[in-house]
Amino acid sequence: MKSTGLAGRFSLDFTTSSSMPKGEIVLGALAPHPPHVVYAENPAQNEPISEGGWETLRWGYNRLARKLEKLEYDAIVVFTPHWQTYVGTHFLGLPRFKSKSVDPIFPNIFRYNYDLQVDVDLSEAMCEKAAEAGLITRMMRNPDFRVDYGTITSCHMLNPKWDKPIITISSNRNTHYYSAEVMIEQALALGKACREAIEESGKRVVLVSSHSLSHRHFVTESPLPEDMSREHIYNHSQYVWDMALIKLFREGKMKEAIDIMPEYTEQTIAETEGGGIIWMMGAMGMPDYPAEIYGYQSVIGTGNCIAAWVPEPDAREIVL
Amino acid sequence: MDEDIIEFGLYVPPHPHPLLSPKANGGYGRLRAAYDECRKRIEESDADLIIVYSTTWPSIIGHQFQANPNSDWIHVDDDFHYLGSMPYSFTMDAEFAASCVEKAESRGLQARTVNYDAFPIDTGSITALSLLNPDNRLPATIVSSNMYANRSETIVLGKAIRDALKEGGRKAVVVVVSSLSNRMFTEPIDPSEDRIHSQKDDDWNRKILEFFKDGRLEDLSQLSREIHGQIRVQKVVAYKPAWWLAATMGQHNNYSGEILAYEALNGSGGAVIQLTPAAGSVGDKEFDEDDVEYYKGDREVLNKGMLE
Repeated sequence: MKSTGLAGRFSLDFTTSSSMPKGEIVLGALAPHPPHVVYAENPAQNEPISEGGWETLRWGYNRLARKLEKLEYDAIVVFTPHWQTYVGTHFLGLPRFKSKSVDPIFPNIFRYNYDLQVDVDLSEAMCEKAAEAGLITRMMRNPDFRVDYGTITSCHMLNPKWDKPIITISSNRNTHYYSAEVMIEQALALGKACREAIEESGKRVVLVSSHSLSHRHFVTESPLPEDMSREHIYNHSQYVWDMALIKLFREGKMKEAIDIMPEYTEQTIAETEGGGIIWMMGAMGMPDYPAEIYGYQSVIGTGNCIAAWVPEPDAREIVL
Repeated sequence: MDEDIIEFGLYVPPHPHPLLSPKANGGYGRLRAAYDECRKRIEESDADLIIVYSTTWPSIIGHQFQANPNSDWIHVDDDFHYLGSMPYSFTMDAEFAASCVEKAESRGLQARTVNYDAFPIDTGSITALSLLNPDNRLPATIVSSNMYANRSETIVLGKAIRDALKEGGRKAVVVVVSSLSNRMFTEPIDPSEDRIHSQKDDDWNRKILEFFKDGRLEDLSQLSREIHGQIRVQKVVAYKPAWWLAATMGQHNNYSGEILAYEALNGSGGAVIQLTPAAGSVGDKEFDEDDVEYYKGDREVLNKGMLE
């Protein structure tokens, strides 16, 4: 069913040319967004100053960022669970957003001044394709809107120069409202629609699924948040489940990974509930080749894996 | 009785429609009128402080209290961004927030103040404070809703705030920002056709409103788990507002209750309710869940009984 009201106000300027080369997804990244990794990097945009921390994740991110620097691509598309929408899936719809992002959960470590560009044409095309697929969609065109810290953290770590336009897609909370199974169906449909829009655009795109794996936090914090003597996974069960999932990533068994996602999400309170990696796998045609693993580390008890799926066989590597 | 520290309590909805689009639907207008009436009652009261517990401000590291004396920015709601921006400028009582943290910690809770420029105050708090206290006539503080907290922790949090009120000799209006049933329509609707999402939600909402009208806040607190299972989308572990409100207001059923409005907000149940401490009681429930004075934290269950 196509959405109604303002959701139907799509750009009519988007056209395709038969001479335009087919667009493609050049890489899909699982890119967790605990703000701690930005805090630990001490970029100029973030106000708090740290003594480091979470190096396993940060160094993995650094390596993936170097790989991305060598890839040719036009835009980054981010699916974030920290823009939570209940009435459909929303897309950023203005060319520039500039503001300060303060994490409501960890304001002591993340107060980041951002200035980012959006590929509005591609965003509108994805929104339209998703609506045609029967999903409820809406473009977000309020200039005062603050981009969520998940988007900012993942994008900063993958592309600290911020020299590529981004698109942020909200997380429609189907798991809560219906079930993990409904969420998976809709996330796969959204991914397929986004892929169609990318192909018609002629653009080369990096997809980013911005989330942790297991997601049980400690509810206390060290006096020094980056004190790594205090950091560990919340419990062994979370670790074992995370490793089971990462094993499937390594083996290129993404269909199996998606199949166990409802149970995995329930058992580990995983941030996969938002649908990010499922959306990405839907867009990438459910990869059956091994993922590149860049690192796994806990952040305040949660399990975080950096992984990449590269469709072009010659561009794939064994990282870890 | 609580006349000395609690002037009255309010239960108000978190959605921005009464603030941003009160004319889009008769119900939104009636909610707005109820908010306006509460604003007048606050102005006419002897309260010197407003305390807001917002279900749309989640926290993880314990319990957070807003303490920025000049809290201002422009907020935009994640879902209802098309209704417009929500500029705000609130005066927070930093001293009281710090006292709440101290009292919470003395009862075993993890707590901290937050005082940061550009902190993203949530939609529910902005809607409530903008309508209830538009000129910052009274200072306020906002309390987060910890996403992992359950009954014990939430009740102890309310008691800690009472401790701070008593010690400071303060008199407060306490405000819970929460829906009743919280299931929204997941497709865009014409505001003129807004209604409660289902008959079941409406039935339960009206039953809850009966309890509120009779002043049976402690009974509602004891029924929280049932309410959570029946009419709350399972976004968080529990329906906590009644626990917090009851604990902060004294854990009894001696209130005069008034339902100023009950309307649909994109399918959810939005009500503006006032509870004023009064003599007499109509409560008829007694439960075996223990009252809690001190929070002891996790019981480390997972570390017990491990295989050798």
